[in-house]
Amino acid sequence: MTSPDTARPDLLSPDLSEHEPFRLLAPDGTATRPAELPDPGTRLSLYRHMRRIRHFDERAWVLYRTGRLGVFPPYGGMEASQVGTAAALGAGDWLFPTYRDTGAALTHGLPVAQTLAYWRTSPHGWAMPPDVKVLPFYIPIATQYPHAVGAALAEKRRGTRNVALAYIGDGGSSEGDFHEALNFAGALTVPCVFILQNNGWAISVPTRTQTRAVNLARRADGYGIPGVRVDGNDVLATYLVTTEAVNRARDGQGPTLIETVTYRVKPHTLADDPSRYRTDADNHGWEEKDPITRLRAHLMSEGLLTEDDDAILTREIETEFEAALKEADGYPEPTPAEILDHVFAEPTPTLRRQRAQIEAEEGA
Amino acid sequence: MTATATPTKTMTMVAAINDALALALEADETVHVFGEDVGVMGGVFRATDGLQARFGAERVFDTPLAEAGIVGMGIGMGLAGLKPVAEIQFAGFLYPALDQVLSHLGRYRHRTRGRYHLPMVIRAPYGGGVHTPEQHADSPEAILAHTPGVKVVIPSTPADAKGLLLAAIEDPDPVFFLEAIKLYRSVKGEVPEGPYTVPLGQARVVTQGDDATVVCYGGMVEVATKAAEAAQAHGIGVEVIDLRTLVPMDTETVLASVRKTGRAVVVSEAPRTNGFHSEVSATIAEEAIDFLRAPVVRVTGFDAPYPPFTSVEDVYRPNPVRVARAIRQVMGY
Repeated sequence: MTSPDTARPDLLSPDLSEHEPFRLLAPDGTATRPAELPDPGTRLSLYRHMRRIRHFDERAWVLYRTGRLGVFPPYGGMEASQVGTAAALGAGDWLFPTYRDTGAALTHGLPVAQTLAYWRTSPHGWAMPPDVKVLPFYIPIATQYPHAVGAALAEKRRGTRNVALAYIGDGGSSEGDFHEALNFAGALTVPCVFILQNNGWAISVPTRTQTRAVNLARRADGYGIPGVRVDGNDVLATYLVTTEAVNRARDGQGPTLIETVTYRVKPHTLADDPSRYRTDADNHGWEEKDPITRLRAHLMSEGLLTEDDDAILTREIETEFEAALKEADGYPEPTPAEILDHVFAEPTPTLRRQRAQIEAEEGA
Repeated sequence: MTATATPTKTMTMVAAINDALALALEADETVHVFGEDVGVMGGVFRATDGLQARFGAERVFDTPLAEAGIVGMGIGMGLAGLKPVAEIQFAGFLYPALDQVLSHLGRYRHRTRGRYHLPMVIRAPYGGGVHTPEQHADSPEAILAHTPGVKVVIPSTPADAKGLLLAAIEDPDPVFFLEAIKLYRSVKGEVPEGPYTVPLGQARVVTQGDDATVVCYGGMVEVATKAAEAAQAHGIGVEVIDLRTLVPMDTETVLASVRKTGRAVVVSEAPRTNGFHSEVSATIAEEAIDFLRAPVVRVTGFDAPYPPFTSVEDVYRPNPVRVARAIRQVMGY
C-alpha cells in the first residue's frame, strides 16, 4: 500500500499485474496472430486429436454409468491443454501423466484399448507398450515431477535429444515435489518441459484458495527457468509454446514451465458432485471457451474443414473407439494369484508361499 | 464408556466422527480442523460436513494441496498452543508428510525434556474393500506405531469412533486416528448423545469364548466377528478382541484372553511382513508361551502393493472365510 503523502514506491508490493495468457486464437476462432499459426496440416491434426480424445471422454461417462468403466477423472474441456502439449513430443520423448491426463497419454500413443483396460482396473492397462514412453497415470499428487527430471537427466547423460514432459495441476503445484523438481531441473539444466494445467479446481478447492498467486507461470522465476502463461483452451497456442520449449530442451537449454490456463468443466471424477462446492457463477463463460468449438470455427472460416470432413472424422473416431472397446472387452480378468505378480523379478520365498496359499484357497 | 445412561442415536461411523469434531470445536476454541477439501465441501467422505458453516472458515479450513505442509503447519500450531485436528485425505497420501511424522511429530516432548508437547490429531481414512482407485487403500499403521511418541487409534464402531476421537483430541500427545473407509457408512450403531470419551489403550472384548482368541482392529473387527459367529455355530467359542488403539496397546486384555483360550489368531489387512499383527503375535509368544496350545496364526494382506484390480481386490483383504480357516487351524493343531 502506497500512502498518498509519499512518492516513495512501496518496496514490499511489487507490481502484480497479471500477464494475459499467450494466445493465437480468440474464443470465437479469430486468429489474433495470423503470422504465427502452425501450418494447415498441423492445425487439422491437432483438431483430429482433440476430437478423438473428446470422444473418449464422452464415451467414458456412458461406460461408467453402465458399469463398464471404473472411477474416471474426466478432462472434457481441457483438450487443448492436453493435445497441444502432448502433440509437441516425438516418439522418443517421455510423457508423465497424472490421472486427469488420459487425453495426453492417448495423444502420445497409448492405445485406446489399453487405456480402457487401465480405467477398468485390468492389469492389461498397466503394462505400458514398449514403443510408447509413458508411465501409468500418477495418482499421488506431484510425484511425477521429480521423476520427469530424472528421466530427462538420463536422456541427457545418454547423449540423446529426447525430452521428458510432465503434467501437474494447480493443486499439485502446492506440493513440495513440484518445487524441488523445478529447482533440480534448473540446477542440472535437464531437457524437461513442465506443464502446469491450471484448471481452477483441486477437487473442491478453487485456485484462489489454493494460493495467493494468480500467475502460476511466474513460479519459474524462483528457480531461474523460463515460465510461460498460455491460453489453455487454444490448442494452437499450447502447441506453439510447447514446441518451442521442447526445442529449447533438445538443444540443451534446459527446462521450461508452461502454465495452461483452462478450466475443469467436469467433476473431479465421475463419482464427484461439484454442486456441493461451486456454482454456475464459478463456471460462467467456460463452456463458451470450448477448445474444439474454437478451432473448428477457425478451420471452417479458413476453408480447411467442411461439415462433410467433420462427419467423416466423427465416423472414423467412433469406429476406432468401438473396435478398441471390443478388444478391451476380450481381455481376460486377472486370476486371484496375479495380485502377487511382478513384486520382484524373482519372487521371494515368502511371496512363493503366499502365492501357494492364494492358489489353494481361491483356486488358481 | 462413561455415558451409559444418556440417550443414544443410531449413526454411521462417519456421522459419529462428524459429531465428535463438532463437540470438540464447540467445547474448546483452540481446536482447529483443516486439510484438503474439509471446509466448503465437508471432506471427500463428508466427515467434516457442515462444520465450516457452523464454526467459521478460520477454525475449519481448506488448505493447499500439500500433506507435508498440513502436518508441518499442524505441528507448529500445536507447539504454539492450538489443538490442530488435521485431515489427510487418504492414509495412502500421507507419505509426503512422513518426514514431519518421523522426524518431528513424536519427538517434541522428548527433545525439549517436557518443555513442549504436541496435542495434535491427524485423521486419515485407510484400508480397502470399497474398490477405491490405485493407492487409496493402504494400511500404513505399522509405520506410525513404529514411530516413538506417536499414539495410534483405529476405531471399529460408531460409538467408539466418537469417544476415541474425543479422547484423542483431549490427549496431550500426538495421535494418529485412522478410519476404515469400509466402515464409514456400512456400519450403523447406537451412539450416546453429547460428549464422552473412550479411554485410549483399552481394548474391547467383542465376543466372549473359551476356545480361541482373535485379535483385530478397525475394518477387520467386522470380518473377525463374522468368522467367530460361524465358529460358534460349530461349537467353538471364539473371543474376538478389538484393540481400538495400537499405541498404547492393551496387552493385558489380549494376554488374559490368550491365557484362557490357549489359541490366538491375529487379523489385519496390512501387508504381512512387519505388520502390526506381527507385534501382537510376538507379544503373545513372549508373554504367554506357556499357555499356548497352538502357534499364533496371522491372517493378513500380502507382501504386494494393495491390488488396483477391482475384480481381484477382495483376494487381498482378509475375509471371514480366511479367518475361520485360521481358527480351525489353531483348533486342530
